[in-house]
Amino acid sequence: MARTGSGIRRGQTAAGWLFTAPVLVILGLFLLVPVLMAAWVSVSDWTGRGSPFAGGVHFVGAENYGTVLWSGGLAESDFGISLKNNFWYVILVVPLQTIVALFLAVMVNRRMLRGRGFFRTAYYFPSVTSSVAITVLWLFLFSASGAVNAVIGWFGVKGPNWFNDPDGIFHFGAQTGPAFLTRPTALGVSLWDWIGGPSVAMTAFVILAVFTTGGTFMLLFLAALQNLSEEVEEAALVDGASSVQRFFRVTLPQLKTTLFTVLTLGLIGCWQVFDQIYTGTRGNPSKTTLTPAYLSYQAAFGSNEWGPAAAIAFILFAIIIVFTLIQRWVLAERAVSKRRMKWIADYQATLARSAKGGSR
Amino acid sequence: MTMSNTRELAEGVGLMGGGTAAPRAPRVRERWTPGRAVAQGAIYAILIAIAVIYIFPFLIDIATSFKTEPDAAANPLSLIPQTWTTAAYQQLFLNSDFPIWFKNSVIVTVFVTAGRVFFDSLAGYALARLDFRGRGVIFAVLVAIMAVPNIVLLIPKFLVINQLGIFDSYAGMILPLLVDAAGVFIMKNFFESIPVAIEEQARIDGAGSFRIFWSIVLPMARPALITIVILSFQGSWNELAHFIVSTSDPSLTTLTKGVAQLASGQLSQGTQYPLKLAAGAIMTIPVAIVFFIFQRRIVNQSTGAVKE
Repeated sequence: MARTGSGIRRGQTAAGWLFTAPVLVILGLFLLVPVLMAAWVSVSDWTGRGSPFAGGVHFVGAENYGTVLWSGGLAESDFGISLKNNFWYVILVVPLQTIVALFLAVMVNRRMLRGRGFFRTAYYFPSVTSSVAITVLWLFLFSASGAVNAVIGWFGVKGPNWFNDPDGIFHFGAQTGPAFLTRPTALGVSLWDWIGGPSVAMTAFVILAVFTTGGTFMLLFLAALQNLSEEVEEAALVDGASSVQRFFRVTLPQLKTTLFTVLTLGLIGCWQVFDQIYTGTRGNPSKTTLTPAYLSYQAAFGSNEWGPAAAIAFILFAIIIVFTLIQRWVLAERAVSKRRMKWIADYQATLARSAKGGSR
Repeated sequence: MTMSNTRELAEGVGLMGGGTAAPRAPRVRERWTPGRAVAQGAIYAILIAIAVIYIFPFLIDIATSFKTEPDAAANPLSLIPQTWTTAAYQQLFLNSDFPIWFKNSVIVTVFVTAGRVFFDSLAGYALARLDFRGRGVIFAVLVAIMAVPNIVLLIPKFLVINQLGIFDSYAGMILPLLVDAAGVFIMKNFFESIPVAIEEQARIDGAGSFRIFWSIVLPMARPALITIVILSFQGSWNELAHFIVSTSDPSLTTLTKGVAQLASGQLSQGTQYPLKLAAGAIMTIPVAIVFFIFQRRIVNQSTGAVKE
């Protein structure tokens, strides 16, 4: 390498590379290389035997992508179903978790509140527990004779057998739809099924996600609320605005950036739901809790369909990366220059990201 | 009181590890009226009701783990077992692989947490302070890497682990988790927020980069390091997907993988809810302990956690 600057600077070059080497090597080996290898597998006919770089493995072009996108076979309809399931999961979880988080944050941000440490801890606790432990608990709470149905029973309603009920909640009990809805299909799934909403089983996972992520995102909103301009707030107070008016006219507009962050982090997380499905239902009942992430895992490790499995992973990658790029692009426009605030914001974004799969 | 709001938030939930708020002007006080008192009461009622919803499931978990199976099915809401039994725990600890799962989770978590604390801060320091060629590129690569969604790496990671011949080994379980880009960023941003003067003095006195990092900078980085510890501990203890694709040997099963398989009935017959809930409760204890310990530690050393 060419001499750059003084001796001190040269010493720093060696140290700089040495200090970052472990991170670069490990991330390169277990992040970059895997992505490249999977890219190859997604366009090859590798079946899981030996090395994907061995002589007998061939390039097959877009065949694997075709298998899951336009083959007309079971692989396509499975992928279609998984997309439909995850789509409804996203549609319900993202707005609900955002509203819950914002509501909790506003409630525990009150100045005169006694015991707010307790309330914050209580609401945040589900976020730190493992998705496996929570899912196990959920299986029990939502079992046919479980706690949730017992509570529903107080109101004289007979609760469903949650995790074994494949009926779409927007079918309202109807078993078959009219022909104009059942005939047209997209990705091997009928329009009737697409509009049927999540199954009752998937709905239980939706509730689980809202329960566990509400606290995580509450922290993000809380931090933002603490940094609001008090002058504006107090001016509104002096003007006699009601607290509801103050919230919608004064507070909420100032939370726009955080709101956006929470929404996109939610979108990114919800497309990755895996742990709960693996632990809870394995895609059952009737494939109504199948998600692309779980389907990809199942296709590879269950049926040795490595090519299509890698193709699904890349399609999922594409879906998620779109939201990530939108988020980065918009947030870059609003970037705050304060360094310390940046440190805290980064940390919180990590926290929220670690709430993977819209859980924990 | 208002002055410490930010810190209070951080420490109230026990996670931020620093941060201060500028002093603020005294507030306009709201006047007390009977109407306000009623509203105040309603707010507490709502907060308590929500707290019950958030806490009750965990109490049910613990209570059910001490119940018999028929009792668990018949009284799903009751917090007091009809007959107390530790059968579930005996079964877990004496008649199952549970102790092995626990041991594996401990091993992985300890190594991953130690590795992340050291390597993340090392790289974070280099990116924040050392002036070297290629720094910008490394930074850009890390930013790009952070965008790769974890779950998409399931199959890819297996391919590499398999190719490297570390499938079914602690190396395969630990190495891929040993560093994380997000942690590097937290450390980098933290180091950028502390004054550079002391380091410069040490450098003039002839100390090398590692020496400066190790004996001067790192001790100052405690709040950020605690953040890394909490995130790494929680992340690796709760990790499931990575262990599914990096191992198949039962003797390398971690708690998450073992309990997940227990839950989906691969290892058992019947519902066995007390057993499963006991397993879930035990695996929650370490993260809960870390959560509460660090909350207190941060509160205790609150003055001047980060000072500029």
